[in-house]
Amino acid sequence: MTFINYAAREINCKIVYYGPGLGGKTTNLKWIYGKSNPTSRGKLISLATETDRTLFFDFLPLDLGTIRGFKTRFHLYTVPGQVFYDASRKLILKGVDGVVFVADSQSARMEANVESLKNLRSNLRDQGYDLARVPYVLQLNKRDMATAVPVEEMKRQLVMRDEAVFEAVAQNGTGVFDTLKAIARMVLGELRKTA
Amino acid sequence: MVLHEEDFHLIKDLIQRLRAEANARVICLVDRNGQQIACVGEAERLDMTALASLAAGNVAATDSLARLIGEKDFSTLYHEGEKDNLHLSMVGDKVILVVIFDERSSLGLVRLRVKKHAPELGAALERMRQKSLKAKSGKAAASPFTDITDEDIDSLFGN
Repeated sequence: MTFINYAAREINCKIVYYGPGLGGKTTNLKWIYGKSNPTSRGKLISLATETDRTLFFDFLPLDLGTIRGFKTRFHLYTVPGQVFYDASRKLILKGVDGVVFVADSQSARMEANVESLKNLRSNLRDQGYDLARVPYVLQLNKRDMATAVPVEEMKRQLVMRDEAVFEAVAQNGTGVFDTLKAIARMVLGELRKTA
Repeated sequence: MVLHEEDFHLIKDLIQRLRAEANARVICLVDRNGQQIACVGEAERLDMTALASLAAGNVAATDSLARLIGEKDFSTLYHEGEKDNLHLSMVGDKVILVVIFDERSSLGLVRLRVKKHAPELGAALERMRQKSLKAKSGKAAASPFTDITDEDIDSLFGN
């Protein structure tokens, strides 16, 4: 839920990066953190296991600038991708304003993508959201892998509606900011309807 | 949720009073989604944005644990450190009251004062929530965001 603070003249929005394990959600956030101006970003918090797998969430607050005199602050979250962390994933979707689905392009991960997307739809529903209506962007990550499934095939299996689709290699930043801009644009566009 | 200036000052006054009576270092109100609503005290050295997000995550995880063992929720969480301690409690359904205190106070005092001030704080937050809902359902025209343009949004990205 977008939080508009008239006293601090701030709009706060929550964006969640969702997708299967090891798909590159945390890598997206790390790239954004690394490339953002230190004055416009907060600390990157990672609640991870000893082996660096996301345990609960990663969190990165980011100031995008001012719109109509209001500072726009985005809170970026990732969910843990591993199947057995479903209870945590549900919690993180609470109050979400926009979702980025980070799909893993490797052919061996297609089934995991489809499963995770199904899981997203059902967890959103549990929180009272409809995947068909919430601001939503699809990112096809790891396009540089030798076993990457052709884009058209991935779209056929993963596109849910009229969402924007971005090809990405989060490791080197390809597509990362395009994805972020697209979802931020959609979330801010929603303010026209809901403010 | 919408937080108007007059509500912000009212809420800030309330938590300022609580802070004085509880001898707390910092008091902060955070919504369940991890957004900071208001903060008073020695907060400038703390990363309050991260604190708000982690406090909300902590409460959400603990609530789920409560439900797993058949409880509705755990209304209070307490973390004890060597110097500083953290007391988290729910005010109404939606807002988390975070109290950070050190040896100048005690858990007993914090609990007592939180209990005393929670109803007034809860009522103020509920009024704020109702106002926010009313604005959403009827008076959208008063909002500065109903007429933002694509150009406004693009300007954020330097396009």
